[in-house]
Amino acid sequence: MLEGLMIGLSTAFSVTNVLMVIGGCLIGTFVGMLPGLGPMSIIAIMIPVAITIGDPSAALILLAGVYYGAIFGGSTSSILINAPGVAGTVASSFDGYPMARAGKAGKALTIAAIASFAGGTVGVVLLMIFAPMLSSVALLFHSAEYFALMVVGLSAIAAFAGTGNVAKAVLMTLLGLIMATVGEGALYNLPRFTMGLMDLQSGFSFITLAMAMFALPEAMYLVLNPARSETGGEGGKQGEIKDLRISRAEARSIAPVIGRQSIQGFFIGVLPGAGATIASFLGYAVERNIATHEEQQEFGKGSIKGLAAPETANNAACTGSFVPLLTLGIPGSGTTAILLGALIALNVTPGPRLMVDDPQIFWAVIVSMYIGNLVLLVLNLPLIPYIAKILAVPRTFLIPFILFFTLMGAYIGQNNATELLILVGLGLIATILRFADYPLAPLLIGFILGSMLEDNFSRAMQLYNGLGFILERPMTLGLLVLAALLVVVPSYRARRARLRAEGVADD
Amino acid sequence: MALDRWVALVILLICLVYGYTAFFTMDASLPPFMQRNPVWPSTFPKLLAVLGAVTALVILLGLEKPASEPKAQDINYRRLHDYNLGQALSLLALMAAYAFLLRPAGFLISTTGFLILGSLILGERRFHLMIPIALVATGCIWYLVQEVLGIFLRPWPFFLGV
Repeated sequence: MLEGLMIGLSTAFSVTNVLMVIGGCLIGTFVGMLPGLGPMSIIAIMIPVAITIGDPSAALILLAGVYYGAIFGGSTSSILINAPGVAGTVASSFDGYPMARAGKAGKALTIAAIASFAGGTVGVVLLMIFAPMLSSVALLFHSAEYFALMVVGLSAIAAFAGTGNVAKAVLMTLLGLIMATVGEGALYNLPRFTMGLMDLQSGFSFITLAMAMFALPEAMYLVLNPARSETGGEGGKQGEIKDLRISRAEARSIAPVIGRQSIQGFFIGVLPGAGATIASFLGYAVERNIATHEEQQEFGKGSIKGLAAPETANNAACTGSFVPLLTLGIPGSGTTAILLGALIALNVTPGPRLMVDDPQIFWAVIVSMYIGNLVLLVLNLPLIPYIAKILAVPRTFLIPFILFFTLMGAYIGQNNATELLILVGLGLIATILRFADYPLAPLLIGFILGSMLEDNFSRAMQLYNGLGFILERPMTLGLLVLAALLVVVPSYRARRARLRAEGVADD
Repeated sequence: MALDRWVALVILLICLVYGYTAFFTMDASLPPFMQRNPVWPSTFPKLLAVLGAVTALVILLGLEKPASEPKAQDINYRRLHDYNLGQALSLLALMAAYAFLLRPAGFLISTTGFLILGSLILGERRFHLMIPIALVATGCIWYLVQEVLGIFLRPWPFFLGV
């Protein structure tokens, strides 16, 4: 591990790569603050830039920096104007915004930055310990197990969609998988489901799909409902960030929270489908439950513990979500799915072989995450009062730019104007799906995993001359049973709970 | 019928068409040497079509009921007319127009136009701000994409020859 760390340090500390981290963090913070462009959209927009860079380590370092920056930017807008740019930072607004209203915006931002830094740092250390372990186990896997493991990942994502929404999430995953079969498959070199259209010959582009699924519906929501981007009025006053310092007593009181949440957040992040949002809400709930009675009264009114908990947890979870991505090649969240797409575009195959074949990439990413955390704390925090000025830009200027960047992201990747029409069409569909309360992240994850899932499935079928691999390999069978349970059990329990509730009502 | 069921119905139809293609028309064009393989290009799509159709039916028939009341959405599609629907649709149309005009009109003209018209649709009338911002932003982005990233974007309309 130490040897790997050295490789990582020497790669990450080249001048270009340090500039990449700093640039990535700044761009990410800037954009993450805006309503409508979350980490997924900004990473998708940056992918063509990353591909132009060419060197996979530098490109990945840039994207990881953008990711961290965007999360931090999201926290900033949660705290300052109660408008989280990212779902993972919603919980930060519970106590962060009341603190800002009480004139303690600077203190809240410092706590957020320190908590994020600590969460990210502990996360990186845990990642360094667990990723190689998981990698060495995963090296024993065959295509049959990979297929089963991906099915488990996809079902877990559906299962975490919440009660009553599991079927919808499963359907979206399947739709993503169906979309992935459009175009020429890697295994067969035969065009499939192209409907005779030349533009679909190479299938849908995942950058276009990512833009259409996330950036465009969010922008449409901002247009439809101006209240979502309301930043004026009393929000303007909180823009005043005066004192960034925190006292020693405050630091002492949040230290145990940070310690607990960085570990809990990391392990939640490792689970596919859970991710930063669940980690932050759970972190908040846990800390409120174990706080003393007086401290509990403070939660929701500007408690520093209530701010530190979700901030630590979401950053640790972001780091944790890199574990399945780097070791198994399976993304657990929409953002890591986009990173996986970027890796594939850079000709890097994530998975257990990554550590063996390209150790410099693997370790450079880990080291740069750490540098990213440091950059956020040392460089971004003092700059926040200036970066936050972007929140004052009126929506009539902001929205056309958001739409334009969405279009550019899709265009640059493909250099094809038809791609823009596909983007608008898919964006409209995605907006309707959002109205109907269908989760969109499973669709994108299904799409990105689709070709790998089919490749592994086909290879296992060929090896065993049919579906025999399911019964002949106990681990495959076990994983597939687990996948089925993950989908069925929550619906079954919800059904039973409902029946019981109705039964009580009847009595 | 609620919107989510309509969506499920549409997806069900997509799965049926997709499944029909996979089960009945795709294999006809399969070269003979591939036919001896245990797995065909249509194998995985067949599986997806069946699973997709079943899941869509589960939603359509309301087999999975929400455990509690549906959560309050930030936009209620039943009252879509209360929101800025016209603006949203105009912006979508503007994006489509941009797609058609980007090549023939060149990047600089179509992008400046897009940014100005976009603000206009959203109700902005301060032209002394809109025009310079759009011009400067377009120029900067063109320079970044073309010169720094090295991706070709034709700046001027087709008749200017560049």
